[in-house]
Amino acid sequence: MLELVWLVPALPLAGFVLLIVAGRRLGEPLAGWVATLTCGGSFLATVVVFAGLLGEHGEERSFTQTLFTWLPAGGLQVDLGFLVDPLSITMALFVTGVGTLIHLYAIGYMHGDADFSKFFVYMNLFVFSMLMLVLGENLLVTFLGWEGVGACSYFLISFWFTSEANAAAGKKAFITNRIGDWGFMVAMFLAFATVGTLSYTELMANADQLAAVTATGLGLLLFVGAVGKSAQLPLYIWLPDAMAGPTPVSALIHAATMVTAGVFLMTRVSPILAAGYDWAPSLIAWVGAITALFAATIAVAQNDIKKVLAYSTVSQLGYMFLAVGSGAYVAAIFHMVTHAFFKALLFLGAGSVIHGVHEEQDMRRMGGLRKYMPVTAATFIVGWLAIAGVPPFAGFWSKDEVLLFAWAKSPVLWAIGLVTAVLTAFYMGRQVFMVFFGGERWRDDHATDEAQAAHVVADPVGDGTTDDAGEAVAAADPSTAAATYAHDHPEPHESPWLMTLPLVVLAVLSLVGGGLNLPFSGDTKVLENWLEPVIGEAEVHLDVATGTKVGLAAVAVVAALAGIVMAGAVYLQRRLRPVEPEVLAHGWYYDEAVSAFVDGPGRESFEAVAAFDRTIIDGGVTGVGGAVAWFGRGLRHIQTGFVRSYALGVAAGAVVVLGYFLTRLNF
Amino acid sequence: MIELIVFVFAAAVCLGGAVGVVVSRNPVHSALSLVATLFGIAVLFVAQEANFLAAVQVIVYAGAIVVLFLFVIMLLGVDESDELEVEPLVGQRTAAAVVGLAVFALPVMAFISTDFTATGILGDRDPDVADIKALGELLFTRYLYAFEITSLLLVIAVVGAVLLARRPPGRVDEIVDPGQTEHEAALAERFARAELDAGYLPKDSDTEESAAESDAEGTGTRPEEVRS
Amino acid sequence: MIAAVEVTPAYYLVLGSALFAIGAGGLLVRRNPLVMFMCVELMLNAVTLTFVTFSRMLDDVGGQAVVVFVLVVAAAEVVVGLAIIVALLRKRPGATADTAALLEG
Repeated sequence: MLELVWLVPALPLAGFVLLIVAGRRLGEPLAGWVATLTCGGSFLATVVVFAGLLGEHGEERSFTQTLFTWLPAGGLQVDLGFLVDPLSITMALFVTGVGTLIHLYAIGYMHGDADFSKFFVYMNLFVFSMLMLVLGENLLVTFLGWEGVGACSYFLISFWFTSEANAAAGKKAFITNRIGDWGFMVAMFLAFATVGTLSYTELMANADQLAAVTATGLGLLLFVGAVGKSAQLPLYIWLPDAMAGPTPVSALIHAATMVTAGVFLMTRVSPILAAGYDWAPSLIAWVGAITALFAATIAVAQNDIKKVLAYSTVSQLGYMFLAVGSGAYVAAIFHMVTHAFFKALLFLGAGSVIHGVHEEQDMRRMGGLRKYMPVTAATFIVGWLAIAGVPPFAGFWSKDEVLLFAWAKSPVLWAIGLVTAVLTAFYMGRQVFMVFFGGERWRDDHATDEAQAAHVVADPVGDGTTDDAGEAVAAADPSTAAATYAHDHPEPHESPWLMTLPLVVLAVLSLVGGGLNLPFSGDTKVLENWLEPVIGEAEVHLDVATGTKVGLAAVAVVAALAGIVMAGAVYLQRRLRPVEPEVLAHGWYYDEAVSAFVDGPGRESFEAVAAFDRTIIDGGVTGVGGAVAWFGRGLRHIQTGFVRSYALGVAAGAVVVLGYFLTRLNF
Repeated sequence: MIELIVFVFAAAVCLGGAVGVVVSRNPVHSALSLVATLFGIAVLFVAQEANFLAAVQVIVYAGAIVVLFLFVIMLLGVDESDELEVEPLVGQRTAAAVVGLAVFALPVMAFISTDFTATGILGDRDPDVADIKALGELLFTRYLYAFEITSLLLVIAVVGAVLLARRPPGRVDEIVDPGQTEHEAALAERFARAELDAGYLPKDSDTEESAAESDAEGTGTRPEEVRS
Repeated sequence: MIAAVEVTPAYYLVLGSALFAIGAGGLLVRRNPLVMFMCVELMLNAVTLTFVTFSRMLDDVGGQAVVVFVLVVAAAEVVVGLAIIVALLRKRPGATADTAALLEG
């Protein structure tokens, strides 16, 4: 059964090919169903392989399938193969599972779109790439998937590319990813140069023999790639802008799967990180923690329903890297899985809301929607409680694990994590209260509507700027938000079953997902036992008293509840005034700083490099040609055409030869 | 003592003739200078006891070859174009001087290195035997093959020369000096022009005449146009 | 007294070199084909002088035999060469060595 692993990426690939060829003819909704079914088939295949893996025992749970030799180049031998082990199967399970649900949702969400089939072409290609990434047997296959998901991210973010801002957002995502990819590539070169192989099995087997410098270099270079892909500081800037894409895209790519690729990669190479210097994982942990806090502060002041979730994703990814840096790889994976459930749920719910209020995305224009969209509201609330870390929802268990290991690493890190947890509960509560509770602000009278419509047209996101990708989301959608809104605002409606069914499924998963790794005893730690063959040695094993653990958990719960209460006080009961400083709404002006740098010193350095390339490198090459031509032109003059010149040449040559022989005489 | 005088005299004649060949404007003068050189060489042959060769030199070289030269010069018309004033190739004369100097100096240096002694195997010439006898013996024994080949060579050369210098068939009756018709035409044109000008004033008559005798275009063109 | 100066073969050799050099220089400088030919004859003569000198120095009459052959070949060469010159100058009266100058770079 394990040999069927090739089916897992093959089915979405087949779907991709089929839809490219015949997608337009299949049309809506058949194209969407084809894509969903291939994804579902892939999920089934993954389950079969999972079952096969279960049949093996502990250490034996590693199966490699090589399809063919991809790069036989001298000392480098790279195969196109799959590595089936607990880690990759876990990833594959939730990628295909959540992916199928989102495909199903998208059939409903993309209803009426002119490029319906094209959407599913890209979606299937994405799933294929992601599966290659997680199932890859060596760094190069993973990189293939890595680049593939980057490309699909670009395609899908700028899906409604007729708007300049959407296209710009897509480009921004791709380019920022590319900076991270540089790190990945250099890591591959380094791996080949030092160890001589790119294959995971060989790398991990030799990991403890690596020099500390090499191991640290490899680990940190791959971390650079992860920073780009998983949107950590300083390369997170693309993720908020990526909300320009359709909501299923945000859910699948920018919440559940692609952005987790970085965490997966770090976990995959955990033995290498363990063999490096101690400050490397600390660096990772700090980057994660600071990113988490940073993003959480920004989320507090966002008014676009998707932007809040985007910054939330950045923040939660920070948690995952905090876990990785603290040696808590299991916790990182655990949080990744639960995050996939509830974040996808939240995004899909947001999409449902947007759909329901006719493409409005500004939360200030929403309110009291729970009456009109009960299923969406209920599932959204489940997701909210999960992300806030309220027991018994999944998020509590995973976040608690992360915080526990952070405490063991450094109390400061734990404190940062705790503050972030408070903020998370707060801003998510803010979102829920603004959207589903309170007054029905979408009903407000026309007079202010007109003025506000103009305002909304200029600045739909409502964060004071008029030129970020969020504008595009509202502006690009065919039914221009403001116009529709200003003239007729029928009541919001619940979404069709195609969209609500995935919401319900994900809500259930968010509720029971915690069961994957309950910390009560060795038996309940299912995920930890499952992942032990892969991560076991690199995982930090804690020696913390149970009392401390309970205490920390209690503090976390209190923090979550405190956040919720504060949010309620501000946004539900209106007892306190909202505090949403401009600097937070603008993301600490980080984006502006980056733009200023790239436009200023950045541009100069780019141009200097380009000039160098033009004059020295190109100049060198053309210069060689020019030198040859110049030399030829000069040499030409020997051909005078006159016989006497040639006679002179002959005579001169004879003189030279004679002279040479003279030098050999003895006088 | 006598040898010295003879040598100096003969050497002077040789060198004088050689320089004359090179610097003479008129090819006929060059040919005559060549004759002088050849005579000088013949004298030097005698001084070196190569009497037969001296005789052959005079008879063949001065008597036949130079005569042949003169025939051709006369046949083609004496060409006194201003080739000694102008040198179209830049630096040719300087280079020629340098090359000439090198060609002189290098063999001399080679000779100096051996102190002007020959380093070959000594032959077995009997000084009492006359040179012509020794030479004859050598030619008809050791070098017989080469000797016979040279006779063949001479026959071929004669045949070749006849073939090359033959007029194209169809014009055997005409023995025309090619410069003659042009000369007449040029003269006619000049007189015609003179009558028009109502005054006979030969402008650059020398160059015009030589141009008329030897020019290629058939019109009274200037010498510089002849050189293409 | 001058009589004390003996004429060694060196003198002949140097004279031969000088004649050869003059002939070479003349060949490079003159344009008239006939005069160029004469310069070639000059060079040949210098060579024959040198051969005879060496023949005397080495007591080998073979040097003189070579001179005979040089003479014969020079004669044949002159015959053919002049025939060519006649044929050429018949076609293009006034042609010099510089006339054939079309093949230039």
